[in-house]
This record gives sequence, C-alpha cells and structure tokens, in this order.
Amino acid sequence: MKPIAHLIATVASVAFATSVIAAPAATNEAPDVLVKRISADVIDTVKSDKDIQAGNRNKIMDLVNSKILPYVDADKMTAQAAGRFWRQATPEQQKRLSEEFRTLLVYTYSGALSTIKNETVEFKPMRASPTDTDVEVRSQVNVSRGEPITLNYRLAKGDGGWKIYDINVLGAWLVETYKGTFTAEINKSGIDGLITRLADRNKQLASKPLNTPKK
Amino acid sequence: MNKNMNTLPRMGGLALAVAACAVLSGCATSANPQDPFEKFNRASFAFNDTVDRTVLKPVATGYKNVTPGFVQTGVGNFFGNLSDAWSAVNNLLQGKGEAGMTDVTRVALNSTFGILGLLDIASDAGLQKHNEDFGQTLGHWGVPSGPFVMLPLFGPSTVRDTAALPADRWGDPWKRKDPHNWRNIGSGIRVVDQRASLLDASNLLEEAALDRYEFLRDGFLQRRQSQVYDGNVPRTLGEDADDAPTTNTQVVPEPVSPQPAAPAPAAGTPGKTQQ
Repeated sequence: MKPIAHLIATVASVAFATSVIAAPAATNEAPDVLVKRISADVIDTVKSDKDIQAGNRNKIMDLVNSKILPYVDADKMTAQAAGRFWRQATPEQQKRLSEEFRTLLVYTYSGALSTIKNETVEFKPMRASPTDTDVEVRSQVNVSRGEPITLNYRLAKGDGGWKIYDINVLGAWLVETYKGTFTAEINKSGIDGLITRLADRNKQLASKPLNTPKK
Repeated sequence: MNKNMNTLPRMGGLALAVAACAVLSGCATSANPQDPFEKFNRASFAFNDTVDRTVLKPVATGYKNVTPGFVQTGVGNFFGNLSDAWSAVNNLLQGKGEAGMTDVTRVALNSTFGILGLLDIASDAGLQKHNEDFGQTLGHWGVPSGPFVMLPLFGPSTVRDTAALPADRWGDPWKRKDPHNWRNIGSGIRVVDQRASLLDASNLLEEAALDRYEFLRDGFLQRRQSQVYDGNVPRTLGEDADDAPTTNTQVVPEPVSPQPAAPAPAAGTPGKTQQ
C-alpha cells in the first residue's frame, strides 16, 4: 500500500511542478501549437482527475482559471458580442460587462469539461502565413458515436502573445451567438440591464451543482 | 414525435399555418430580420419545451441511465446507418462525388460487416460520417435559407429546410419499414435515443443562454449555414468585421425575404430529427 501511495504523491507533485513551469510558456509560440498544448493539457487533466469527472465545481473552475483563461481575451470577446454598444459604454461598464461575461463563459466551459470521457481531439492543418495576426485554428472532437464535433478557435496576436477571442462549436461562433441576445437585452434595458442579467445568471450558476444528469 | 403514420397531414397543416402567418405578416413584430415570425416561433418553442420537460427529457434521461452503453451505441449506429444512405444521395446531388462515395461505402460496410448497421466499423476505418440532408442540397445550389422557423415538435428550422423536409422524410428508409408496429416503435426509440445523445448539450444550453430561444435560434442558423458550406463559411459572409459599425445584420447572408421562399409544400424540420 504504502509505496503505491508514495508513488501517487510523487507523480502528482511532479505533474504539478511541470505544469507550473510549463504555464508561462514562451509568448512567441505559434497559435496552433498554443491551442494544441492547452487542449492536450486540459484533456489530460480532466481524464486523470476523478473529482473533475464527478463534477467538483471548484476543481474544474481552478482548471479553467489557471490553464485556459490566461490565453483568452475576454475584453475582445465582449466587445465583439456587444457590437456597436461597446463604444457607447463607459469604461466602468465595459469592465463589468467583460467580467460578468467571462464568468458566465467559465461556468459554461466548466460544464462542458466535466462531460469529457473518451473523446479525442484532432487538429487540422492551419492555413495562415507567419505574418498574420488573426488566425483560425481548426479541430474536431471525435466522439464515440455520430459525426465529429467541430471545435474551432480564433486567435489574435497582441502584446501578450496569442490569445483566443472566439470559439466555434458545431458550426456556431460563440460571439455571434451571443450578439443577438446582447443586442436584444441592451435595446430593452440598456447596458446596465445586460450586466445585471449576466450577474444574476452567474449567481444562479454559482449555487447550482454541476452535472445534474447522472452518468 | 416522429411517428411516420400521420405526420404528413399534420405537417401540411403546419405549412399552412406558417404560410398564413407569412401572408398576414401580422407576426412580423420582431426586430430581428432573420426572425419575422418570432411571436409564432416563441409560442412554438414554449410548446416544444413543455413537451420536452414533461415527456421527452425524462424518458431520454431514464434511457441514458438504464440502458447499457453498447445498446445505446448500437441504436445510434443503426439509425445513423439508415441516414447515411440519404446523406449519400444528397452528397451526390451536390456534386460531391468523393463524399457521396464515402457514404455509399459506409452503408455497404456497416450494413454487412457492421451487422445491419449496429456497428459503425466504417468510422473506425476512417470513413467520416456526413449528415447531409435535402435542405443542405438546396442551400448548396443557392436557395436562401429564409427566416427562422420553430416548428412544433420538430424543432428549429428555416423556411427552406421546412420545405425540404418532405424529401428528407421520403428518403428515410425506416419510413418503409414494414409492420407498422415495428416502424412506430423504432421511430419512438430513435427519437428517445437522439434526445439522449443531446442531454449534455441541452444542459449546457440552459446554463450558457440568457434567453434560450434566442441562443438556440442564433446558434442554429449559424450551424445550418456552416453545414451548407461544409464548415468553410467564407468569413466575410459569416460575420461583420471587428469594429465595423454593427448594423443588426444577422448571421445568415442570404437576402431576407419577407415572404417565405417560393415553394412551401409541406412542413417539418430537420432539427431534432436529423442531428
């Protein structure tokens, strides 16, 4: 028993140490390499962690916050989803809107992560030239049955290196999908109304357990 | 949902309803140019949602929890194999010879070595599944999608896809399955199995969406467009540029005709049935 427990502890601490070292990786990493690395890292973590598979929300949120969020440009995502209203918003409103939207996406993404089982991700060759500052990385998730799920990412190059600002799931871009809702809500009750709406939803999600359906 | 016996007359009535709605255009209250029938659509969505919450989702959840995994896979594969046949036809109708022949090979392999389609050995062999339907074929040849339509029981669709649905139903081999009892039971199982495969996705939708109807609509329209383009939607079509003054242009580039695209014989939708 004891040696095994020891081994597990060692492996875990080594894994932790390498992930800490690996996290602030070179900023000149190519965008497709970056997405591949994050994706592999996250999937491996989920597959090897029983707590996450069981829907331990805190652990999943930690994973998202530490491994994914540093590479996401939440401001750009929010700006695009809000469209022309973004420029009408005060800096304070922009900040709050971006924060609430990011939190909502973290919750949603966490929910998706906990459903990973034996899927594999397959990346397609990237069509971009080295001088591009805005690229699309394409992949598909091969599931045990049915058509593979499209999963594409848009990345833009900024001061901090490449960052993801949009995701395409099953053919629909996230930002575009939210745009309709954002527009409707802002037209109805203004930017503050939208912020409140997002904040309420986030509060609701925070108190709700993950994984409602039993596996 | 999918009982083949009496759907056609029902769908006919539905098409009439949609057409009437368009003619009267009393439904045109929506601000969204892609969704002039929003009022009708929302009512229909509420109806579908009730059916789903009270019947379909509980049954599908039970099915998912109780039925062994290999049975679920087998059921999904079996009906998937049937739909591959129609997918092959549509790929060929779109002039996509290679994809069409892949589908033909898939059906041939899975129907024989795959034990009547219970096993999807073709996917394991690297022959990718396509889900082409007649709505995509029309879209491929330039038929605009027209406005969004939420069909009662059948789920999200567009005017074009609704018009294409009778062809899709005609192309469904299970429709010709003979004793009626078997056909109806099978159709029921197919619906439950498809709903079960969407449980994770629909739970996510509930979390992600501020307004589930809008989220579903805007996601669905993009997805259909992407399917028509086989995943390669030209970027200028799909979206407005970063900082361009965003007029309220919605996802789909086709002209938004206030009246539904010309032929609207009978109704129904891919939506839940096809995916």
